[in-house]
Amino acid sequence: MSGSSPKSVAEANLEKTDEGGILHCAGSWTLQGIAPLEQQLEKFSRSEAGPLIVDGAAISALDTAGAWLLCRTMRQLARNGYTIELQGLRPEHDALLRLIQKHSGEEGVPGTARFGILERVGRLVWSHLLQFQGLLSFLGESTIAMLGSLLRPSRIRWRAILYNLQLAGFNALPIVGLLSFLIGVVVSYQGATQLARYGANIFVADLVGLSILREMAPLLTAIIVAGRSGSAYAAQIGTMKVTEEIDALRTIGVPPMDLLVLPKILALAVALPLLTVYADILGVLGGMVMAKSQLGVSYSDFLDRFDDAVKMSSYLVGIGKAPVFAVIIALVGCFQGFRASGSADSVGRQTTVSVVQAIFLVIIFDALFSVIFSWLNI
Amino acid sequence: MSDAGDTIIEISRLHTRFGTAVVHEDINLTVKRGEIFALAGSSGCGKSTLLREIIRLQRPDSGTIKVFGRDVHRIGDDEILELRRRWGMMFERGALFSALTVAENVAMPLHEHTDLDDELIDEIVAIKIVLAGLPASAGAKYPSELSGGMRKRAALARAIALDPELLFLDEPTAGLDPLSAGGLDELVRHLKELLGLTILIVTHDLDLLWRVADRVAVLGDGHVLGVGTMEELSKSEHPMVREYFYGPRGRAAREQAWNRK
Repeated sequence: MSGSSPKSVAEANLEKTDEGGILHCAGSWTLQGIAPLEQQLEKFSRSEAGPLIVDGAAISALDTAGAWLLCRTMRQLARNGYTIELQGLRPEHDALLRLIQKHSGEEGVPGTARFGILERVGRLVWSHLLQFQGLLSFLGESTIAMLGSLLRPSRIRWRAILYNLQLAGFNALPIVGLLSFLIGVVVSYQGATQLARYGANIFVADLVGLSILREMAPLLTAIIVAGRSGSAYAAQIGTMKVTEEIDALRTIGVPPMDLLVLPKILALAVALPLLTVYADILGVLGGMVMAKSQLGVSYSDFLDRFDDAVKMSSYLVGIGKAPVFAVIIALVGCFQGFRASGSADSVGRQTTVSVVQAIFLVIIFDALFSVIFSWLNI
Repeated sequence: MSDAGDTIIEISRLHTRFGTAVVHEDINLTVKRGEIFALAGSSGCGKSTLLREIIRLQRPDSGTIKVFGRDVHRIGDDEILELRRRWGMMFERGALFSALTVAENVAMPLHEHTDLDDELIDEIVAIKIVLAGLPASAGAKYPSELSGGMRKRAALARAIALDPELLFLDEPTAGLDPLSAGGLDELVRHLKELLGLTILIVTHDLDLLWRVADRVAVLGDGHVLGVGTMEELSKSEHPMVREYFYGPRGRAAREQAWNRK
């Protein structure tokens, strides 16, 4: 680029004469050259009226940006009462200036509307209400599709279900196992100091057993799966929506519900309880290891006490919550995927929303379960 | 500066291979200042790859590509940035940033490479949008709200945002209806005349070739099968070139071009 040459900057000098003035324009009126010129030209437009000659003979280069600046300046000067006469411009520069004059209508690009705070709150609430309604109708839609495929079992896509089972269930085993083992260790360790103070070492089995089986394992597993699989569902369906693959499926006569949503819900409804059982086992194992090293409770003592302390119902309560969480995660993931529209950006946004919403709903439902179970005295 | 006179792009002894598939074998081409040069050829003949190599999105296996007299594959990051400010590229599918409005898309290179005020940039953006043949109101829309033809025009507006000396158009008329495609032909020729651009088009649209290209290079089999004006090429003896121009569609496009003259 001609960055070092002396003529790379645009210049404009106003010369007063008896009749009025001459605006001498020189240099390279291009994107790179006009930045310093802008303020200077605004200063000119404040001076007094009269005839004015704009002399463009010394302009060495002109591009659309420079032409626009020249055009805008002349318009401003004309508005301030000057009578403008343009002279000396090279023919090709003149052609460009005419082009810009023709294409620069008075209308600019309309800006995006800005709302007041009240209106923004209102819009936000309204959009959340609509979204909630959308989620409910999606639940209805998938229930109908589910009933439809139960009536016609040949429509169930076993291959897709098995594939999802492997993806969301089997492949999640390492991470779920590791995390629940660590949670077992942590619970046991936190309890150990308190229990040791009262000499109630053996009750560590109650602590670990109840907290892991009833709450920790189902919740932890659901949160991991929401992060792993719920987000993947949203991203997959969202991308397919953006690239019109969903529309293609409809055109071919494959209901997207049947192929994309139901297998995910069914697979996760099977996988999540199984993962929860696995998390139960690993969590209790973690607690046991910690109980032995910190409290000196042997494995056989721990298991004896565990057998007495933890009733079957506690175990079933934990497992029973898992299918509900599974449906929430799969439903929210798929729903948010279908809400993606148009752009790569929206796929990312919906994926984030799907994880946040799934975890939020899982915890809300967990709280509801606790209330219900305490009413029922389970 | 070392712009090597009137030669804008100079490609010599270029070879490209993908694995064992040979895409380019000894390609030599020059593009002169102020001309509309088209790369034609059937799908998969490596014309888009060649374009990507010219703008350094991809590396050839051997050979040199000089743009404005500089070897694009043997210069540093600062120098390639300088070159990139002097050329504009319009991608086949627009490649507009979907998170930004059309006006923000066009303004992006201006914000990035100049130090003009926001107000002046907005005004320049409005002009570019109108120049590309869109209504000014399209500037506030997102790319997903535009039709295919409008998206191409928006992409063109972004490509000319920095007033480039050299413009690359990848399949500018692909996927457009004949009316929009015709409009785009006009626009390309108009821009070249008014802004003094050098334009390199990659296309297999025969209408576009007849109507706007000053010179055409036909690629095939990894070689340049022929270079010249459309009239010269249509007299070529090479069987693949003949097939290309004298297939039923080629003949129709040619007749139409003659009728228009």
